[in-house]
Amino acid sequence: MTSRNLITPAQNTWCPGCGNFSIQFALKSVLGELVQSGTSLDDVVLVTGIGCHAKMADYLNVNSFYSLHGRTVPAAIGIKLANPQLKVICCAGDGDCYAEGLDHLIFAAKRNVDITMIIHNNRVYGLTTGQYTPTSPLGFRGRSTPGGTTELPINPLELMLASGATFVARGYTRNMEQLRSLVKQGLLHRGFSFIDVLQICATYNNMTDYYHEHVDDLKDHDISSFEAAFWKAREWDYNADARIALGLFYRQVMPTFEDRIFAHPPDNTDRQKRIEEILQEKM
Amino acid sequence: MNDISVLIGGKAGDGINSAGLTIAHLFNHLGYRVYIYFDYPSLIKGGHNFAIVRASDHKIGAHRETADFLLALNNDTITFHTSMIRPDTEIIFDKDNATRATGTSVPVGEILTAENAPQIMGNSALIGAFAKTAGIQWDVITEVFQRNLQKETEKNLSVARKAYDAAQIKRTVPVIGPGHLPIITGNEAMGLGLIHGGMDAYISYPMTPTSNILHFLAEQAPHLPITVVHPENEIGVIIMALGFAYAGKKAAVGTSGGGFCLMTEGLSFAGQSEIPVVIVVGQRTGPGTGLPTYTGQSDLHFVLHAGQGEFPRLIVAPGDAEESYRWSSLAVQLAWKYQVPAIILGDKTLNEGTYSFDRKEPGELHPDPEIPGEALVTGPGYGRYRLTGSGVSPCAFPGTPETVVKITSYTHDENGISTEDAKISMVMAEKRRKKGVRLLEEIDRLEAVKTYGGRSSPVALLAWGSNKGVACDVAGLLGLRVIQPIVISPFPLRQMKEALSGVTRLVSIEDNIEGQLGSLLAGHGITVDDQVLKYDGRPFSVDELHRKVMEVLK
Repeated sequence: MTSRNLITPAQNTWCPGCGNFSIQFALKSVLGELVQSGTSLDDVVLVTGIGCHAKMADYLNVNSFYSLHGRTVPAAIGIKLANPQLKVICCAGDGDCYAEGLDHLIFAAKRNVDITMIIHNNRVYGLTTGQYTPTSPLGFRGRSTPGGTTELPINPLELMLASGATFVARGYTRNMEQLRSLVKQGLLHRGFSFIDVLQICATYNNMTDYYHEHVDDLKDHDISSFEAAFWKAREWDYNADARIALGLFYRQVMPTFEDRIFAHPPDNTDRQKRIEEILQEKM
Repeated sequence: MNDISVLIGGKAGDGINSAGLTIAHLFNHLGYRVYIYFDYPSLIKGGHNFAIVRASDHKIGAHRETADFLLALNNDTITFHTSMIRPDTEIIFDKDNATRATGTSVPVGEILTAENAPQIMGNSALIGAFAKTAGIQWDVITEVFQRNLQKETEKNLSVARKAYDAAQIKRTVPVIGPGHLPIITGNEAMGLGLIHGGMDAYISYPMTPTSNILHFLAEQAPHLPITVVHPENEIGVIIMALGFAYAGKKAAVGTSGGGFCLMTEGLSFAGQSEIPVVIVVGQRTGPGTGLPTYTGQSDLHFVLHAGQGEFPRLIVAPGDAEESYRWSSLAVQLAWKYQVPAIILGDKTLNEGTYSFDRKEPGELHPDPEIPGEALVTGPGYGRYRLTGSGVSPCAFPGTPETVVKITSYTHDENGISTEDAKISMVMAEKRRKKGVRLLEEIDRLEAVKTYGGRSSPVALLAWGSNKGVACDVAGLLGLRVIQPIVISPFPLRQMKEALSGVTRLVSIEDNIEGQLGSLLAGHGITVDDQVLKYDGRPFSVDELHRKVMEVLK
């Protein structure tokens, strides 16, 4: 399939001003570009978790696997191993992927599975009406922490670099050109692509002004240097005031999980014959 | 009746499991049906391991409580098993390490030194001495060692030969037939059944007693069109399996109760999204971590009710190697035909028990793969959850030209788009329900409830899972009927009632404290009159169950 209306008739229920619209637009336009350069939409699969971000599965008219909360990654890995021809994109939330499903995320990076993770990081639970997430700053007053959180946030970029991700980037929903570019590069990267997208939650955590004052594009940065990426990733800890670098932090080409698993092509021996052989060995 | 039991015991790391298998193969070559119960604690080196090998002229699936031959690599084997020793039990022991034994003394240390053989070959010395004591011809040992030992066959044979020559014939085990059968574990039978049923991928996190399915299939994978993956945890396992299935590959997973706890969210997701998946649950003693390496049947209600919401599920509880093979194959095929999760419910006794496997026995293995009249139509109008008469929607996979395949864990419309619409919610619940009804109709055409023994006896033993074997032996001794439900869900009530026809007294046998199958039957209006329950992690021996049933019927 080369072209189609990429938006389904499903009624969109995101709040006005929600950052999800930007990510949807970026993804939609990148998919359009990929179709122009020969990718078939038939081979695209979108995997989402549960949360506001995940409604993308209902809204984008592509193959989709609308999973459980926190469970984008294992589904994506299963899909990729079952059919390596498919282009698998995960849209996940910060609560979804950094809290409920963090173990899977680390393993996806460790394995270098050829999937693209787009994290809709609005640093708050939206659909459950405003609680802190793993990336909310210390003291964040949410409905479960009315006196402010008593724990520091995690830095997902640092975590993903340490876990072996071969493509690590940070985007921002109000920086559309860069976001599109990062999503496109991520989709074209062979291996595990991780894009943490700072996203506005118009209702529960509208950080537009803060981000506007603090974001900077990465400049004079060597994306092949793990040390430089790590240092840059640590400049802002998702907590204290600091400049927030945006762009591609790190890229490295490594064998993928699928490359290693399918290093030897599957043996298409007749199952019945093989069962007979095994039973003969057990006599 | 030819019925011989051999116990071999030693420390973990002594190779007791493989020694038991070698002894079983000796009997196999003499024409016997065999069964091995392997008992080991949850540790790697040390501790006491033992295997009870039983050989008989009829199909068996349980051990006896006394031994005809006892092979001791250490003193523990004597002291821990005094109750298994009868006056006529032939004891064959390591002269240096089982100093408290009397009987056939084997100079294991001297033989190993003379042959320059490692400690692990000590059990070959004991096997050699045992074979002589049992009057087994030397050429049988040669053949068994050559067929079944993976390495250093010649050295093992030399060690065995020295012990064989030094021992005396005490009690000759008769040769009863020429034919011999493959000897496999319940786990291997399930693995082979999954392969037969068309499984493309096996995904599992190690957990006793099903880890050996993972090991077996991982070893076989290079020679088959299957992929084997060991992910980070059981949540990852089940979701990955659903990913495989969504993309068109038949996936199965394996675990025990603890791992299945983590899988329940994925199970419910499978129910909602109508993605087929096969889950092997090998029960062990719970709750919690329980007795990791011991048996139990306390998860029947757990697998029946696991997962939020209502959705049809297939649950089968095979009772021996042949049934494990057959029903694992059927589980894959039926899960895909009806797009439902299927659970193969085993227990440690079955999963890690070792059985003679008769290929001729399994019976019908190929139900119609599709529901007639509901053809797959792909293209722009495709809906993954199209409403049909049977409730089963023809399934397309991503990558299909011009076709969008949307699955979801939310309540959804025919196109797989989430909805909160009251009418659609109701229609979709009814759609899932219909699949369960159709599945039951199909189950009813298969042999879902089996009967054995005195089929006209008014007293019946009700057994499920591995207890089938021990119940059949006891029923044979007492002339009773045995009723064994293999399919647990959807419950084959018609067949159960038919099996109960003429029964005036029903005695249930279960490895749990609450009588879980009994209460399932009570829900269907069937009353169990007496219960024989065991919940110490150990399987019933034939003799123990015999006594208990006699007490109940007194």
